Amino acid sequence: MSGERVTSANSGLSKPSGTGRLSGLLQRSEAARGISLLSPTLLIMIIGVAIPFGILVVMSFWTQVGFGFDTSLTLANYQNFGERPIYGALLTRSLWMSGAATVATVLLCYPMAYFVAFHIHRNKMIWIVLITLPFWTSYLLRVFAWKVVLGYEGVINSALMTLGLIKTPLEFLLYSQSAVVITLAHAWAAFAILPMYVSLEKIDKSLLEAATDLGDGPVWRFFRITLPLSLPGVISASLLIFIPTTGDYITPALLGGPDGAMIGNLIQKQFGAINNWPMGATLSIILMLSIATIALVFMFVTNFVRKRIS
Amino acid sequence: MTQNDAYISIRNVNKFFGSFQAIDDVSIDIHQGEFFSLLGSSGCGKTTLLRMLAGFESPTSGEIYIDGQPMSDVPPHQRPVNMVFQSYAIFPHLNVRDNIAYGLRKQKLPKNKRNELVDEMLELIKLPDYGDRKANQLSGGQRQRIALARALILRPKVLLLDEPLGALDKQLREQMQLELRALQKTVGITFVFVTHDQEEALTLSDRIAVMAEGRDLQVDTPTRLYENPLTREVASFIGTMNFFDGKVTGISDGTADVDVKGIGEVSTTNFGPRLRPGEDVCIAIRPEKLNLTESEPQQMGNKVQGLMDKAAYLGERSHYYVGLDGISHPVAISAQNRQRAEGTPEEKRTVWISWEDNAFVVLEKG
Repeated sequence: MSGERVTSANSGLSKPSGTGRLSGLLQRSEAARGISLLSPTLLIMIIGVAIPFGILVVMSFWTQVGFGFDTSLTLANYQNFGERPIYGALLTRSLWMSGAATVATVLLCYPMAYFVAFHIHRNKMIWIVLITLPFWTSYLLRVFAWKVVLGYEGVINSALMTLGLIKTPLEFLLYSQSAVVITLAHAWAAFAILPMYVSLEKIDKSLLEAATDLGDGPVWRFFRITLPLSLPGVISASLLIFIPTTGDYITPALLGGPDGAMIGNLIQKQFGAINNWPMGATLSIILMLSIATIALVFMFVTNFVRKRIS
Repeated sequence: MTQNDAYISIRNVNKFFGSFQAIDDVSIDIHQGEFFSLLGSSGCGKTTLLRMLAGFESPTSGEIYIDGQPMSDVPPHQRPVNMVFQSYAIFPHLNVRDNIAYGLRKQKLPKNKRNELVDEMLELIKLPDYGDRKANQLSGGQRQRIALARALILRPKVLLLDEPLGALDKQLREQMQLELRALQKTVGITFVFVTHDQEEALTLSDRIAVMAEGRDLQVDTPTRLYENPLTREVASFIGTMNFFDGKVTGISDGTADVDVKGIGEVSTTNFGPRLRPGEDVCIAIRPEKLNLTESEPQQMGNKVQGLMDKAAYLGERSHYYVGLDGISHPVAISAQNRQRAEGTPEEKRTVWISWEDNAFVVLEKG
């Protein structure tokens, strides 16, 4: 709109171009050129994200009648969500489990990112590649690998039994919430390491020397300089893991057992065996809204904390 | 100089980075309250030496004493020194006030006492209204002052400064030099200052250590360094110098007679204790210690005739180059233009060069 105005204002000044009116228009207007560069992505985003999302929103107000939909708009599904405790319980559990997975991943990956950023001076790229190496295999394969590790007769149990530390296999390892959290933490590690590595790597080393010089030992220095300055990386890592893992259904389906089922499993069933697409749509929308709320609160709180520290 | 009256004592310090020797058997004593400069071109080891004082590098061999205490087992955060970094290293996530108060954590002061100290510092560096600004809202000169305040608030025994004026433009640098010198007089803390700028070192320092290739060539006052450089390296690093080859003909009563190539017999009292008669030496004189006249100066005993080569008129002063018999390079002469200049002497004209007694310096073999 404003682009058009710029175009028309400029058109009087610019020379007439021989390559056709459209390309002339595109070259003249900055905004038009920007949009034309963006258009392939924009097209995919509209077809792949915006339209399906719109369908999902609309469908969440429909109801399932036998094998068909009642397309009159109603809040029945949302009401249903409020009335039946299983939905809320599953949602809370999902948020709780992916929250735990996020915390575990960030805590485990921060030292790795720290190590590469501060203690590796040559061939950093090789280290980064090595860290991401496990992620070259399929996600499903990694989940199955954990099944082998954690299983009833898996690596951990047989090792502990061979050593004589336990008599019967530990049953809580597999088909539990902890199995899901462990697997998620491993599966998403690369997404935590990379943003944290980038923000740690950016820290000017003379700032650390200055903090030392002003009397801070390694621990104080970490909490007063390194951590606050790497917080942007920690925040993006947390969001990058929390958002996709909350809706995950493969890992809980394969490793969770009844205790470890998450909301994603239920949504999948609504679109499959239960065959109640409108309810599935409603659950998806509610999941999305709760993730968005938590992410916003999280960002607000970290921002607040950062201001308080400084 | 004994070890006792030195406040900082650097004793036979060597530092290797792999096979590269950054510091080569350096021993320097620095006194309390002194403004001491480490001067040298980049890569001469001056910053390494400073970082060893701060504790960020440790000597491969040798020992550093501060206030009588050996420092090798003292980690950097427990040393009685503070540093102003070349990049200033202002913490970007803190405002000016918190930057300055950063090091006060250990003293566990009540809040109002802490604020008082910070206000005092802001006053001292003449930025009283800048307390709430963030680092990215400050100019280079302001950052530099805050880095200074952040170190000084801890009342360190020694303040280390790593080319703190290097990033400032010329005008601001000269202003900061004066302020820095005044500040050092006010607080009375020992300053160890690293610079590659000889003029800056001469202006600021009580004493200077000239360094090259990891060695300390000469440690002396600015005047002594300029007037009595010990070696050719030091002489050519500070200011400009005319060098001549010569042979010592005799030494008596603290005066050495030297037969100088292209000049003739020269006597001077400026020579080192190791000079022996019959020795081939390098002898030197500053361009401004030579007088240039068109006719033979009658009242001067020390003089030689030469041929005018090139002349450069620089306004307040002029540079002349005069060729002498028997030497290949023309001699440089620098003269103040006290009288109104009426053009420069023409080339190939005969001129006279004269000098005061003891204007020449006999240099030691480097």
